[in-house]
Amino acid sequence: MSETVVFQRPESLLPVITHYCPGCTHGVIHRLVAEVVDELEVRERTVAIAPVGCAVLAYNYFNTDCHEASHGRAPAVATGIKRARPDLIVFTYQGDGDLASIGMAEVVHCANRGEKVTVVFVNNAIYGMTGGQMAPTTMPGQVATTCPLGRDVELAGYPIRIAELISTLRTPAFVARAAVHTPLHAVRAKDILRRAFTYQVQGTCFTLVEILSTCPTNWGMPPVEATHWLEQNMMPYYPLGVFKTPEGEGRAPRPLGE
Amino acid sequence: MAKKLMKGSEAIGEAAIQAGCKLFFGYPITPQNEIPEYMSRRLPQVGGTFVQAESEVAASNMLYGAAGSGERVMTSSSSPGISLMQEAVSYMAGSELPVVIVNIMRAGPGLGGILPSQADYAQATKGGGHGDYKVLVLAPWSVQEAADLVQDAFDLADYYRNPVFVLGDGLVGQMMEPVSFREGRTPCKELPKKDWAATGHDGSRPRAIINSLFLDPEELERHNRKLEAKYKVMVRDEVRFSTLGAEGECDVLIVAYGTVARVCSTAMEELAEKGFRVSMVRPISLFPFPFQAVREAAERAKAVLVVELSTGQMIEDVRMALEGCRPIHFHSRVGGMLVSPEEVIAKVGEIAAGAEVPHV
Repeated sequence: MSETVVFQRPESLLPVITHYCPGCTHGVIHRLVAEVVDELEVRERTVAIAPVGCAVLAYNYFNTDCHEASHGRAPAVATGIKRARPDLIVFTYQGDGDLASIGMAEVVHCANRGEKVTVVFVNNAIYGMTGGQMAPTTMPGQVATTCPLGRDVELAGYPIRIAELISTLRTPAFVARAAVHTPLHAVRAKDILRRAFTYQVQGTCFTLVEILSTCPTNWGMPPVEATHWLEQNMMPYYPLGVFKTPEGEGRAPRPLGE
Repeated sequence: MAKKLMKGSEAIGEAAIQAGCKLFFGYPITPQNEIPEYMSRRLPQVGGTFVQAESEVAASNMLYGAAGSGERVMTSSSSPGISLMQEAVSYMAGSELPVVIVNIMRAGPGLGGILPSQADYAQATKGGGHGDYKVLVLAPWSVQEAADLVQDAFDLADYYRNPVFVLGDGLVGQMMEPVSFREGRTPCKELPKKDWAATGHDGSRPRAIINSLFLDPEELERHNRKLEAKYKVMVRDEVRFSTLGAEGECDVLIVAYGTVARVCSTAMEELAEKGFRVSMVRPISLFPFPFQAVREAAERAKAVLVVELSTGQMIEDVRMALEGCRPIHFHSRVGGMLVSPEEVIAKVGEIAAGAEVPHV
């Protein structure tokens, strides 16, 4: 009887047990990124950049050369690597505290320079590794350890929509938002990641994929409930879709007084 | 090679290019803008890359990424910008990356001023960023020496896999002097292969991971000890200084570095004419500091005079070198003001006449 392998661990993912909490979708996102790197056959020239946050140990999981970045600086590190070695495929893997708070300047300017890198932005609306503090993406009213009464938009403002914000830049880019909390969403997310990495392989443009993720531990709910919370609270505020493509036209300024 | 009249900042840039620097990441700040401007013109001519970053924080992290790819990379800034770079300097020291950083010091604290200063001595030599690390620090006193030290800095950085600082002041950056570049120079150190660089992993070597995170304390202690051993080799092998003036017994030993030493050397000529026996030790490497040379020279002098453009930073290393064996006098100008030869002459005169060391 002959055997056909229909499912196996991607080569770009090391056969190790991750430190992620049960129900967290970091593992799924890691796998999707690894599958895309495998399918595009670029593993041997890929450099991954780990952030500071829950994915700080990503260099132990991706079977590629890796850089560890300081908090929020991954897009600057990516710029340095890509400018030094344009032949390499460079991606950052960042959370919302890392990218949308301390690293806002780095990601905006990396996108604006049009660096040919890929930013995988995992938005779970909270600081995970440090124990559940309020993030720039924490939902209005959402309880976190540094907003025990819920996020007060009068004091903390509204959650930042990164995909929308980056897509306002004139420089050509591919910017999209996906989710992975159901198999169908995961399949679509992989599709989006493949498009992003393909643009990089072709040397086309800066690419950013925001992925909504769950954090059962710091949201204080079981994993299944967390996926419902994501659907009911995050998805209406953070709509999924492609926000910008390099083929899309730039936003021409409208005349004053219009 | 024929000598060329060049501004210090441009000579620093050209020296870097001659040393094979391929990438420069920078952010504008006075008084060193001529370095990034020069690099933005010259690097594309030699197949290199210049990036104007959004901040010194980003510039230094671009440096970190590019250095991890194994290329020769550099940045320059001035004091407030260097403070912003200390995060990445700590990471680069921890990850053992070779980079060259030029600090054209201006007066502080805070935004301070834009005129020459030596107020970043302690920041450069005692750590600067967080954690237990050292960087090599070289201090030129002329445009020619700035060019030479920048080239050596790249070799030292590669050899030790460590950040190397070239610490100049606004004078070195702004003055014009004849300079020549050593054609076909041999590196000042034997250059190791950069087999640690993260350039893609095809299985022919272990995965390269550029990293300074060690969550296991035993592992981190081993890493700290490894760095410590490296710094000890630097202390043993990389001390640089020059001596000037009276040989044998003398009245006063001057210890000064950078352009201040140059002012002191002018003063020494006049002091010699007046019959004073004055010598000078000029530290060129500030880390490692030439403790032994300063001690030995001090033992041949009746008193020591430290001259700095700070309220007293290098003097602490001189005190450590002397261990109380001679009285140490101090003269400084700060805030961007410069020491004049006349001030040094007057001060030496006072010391020779038996001036007491004021209490500190």
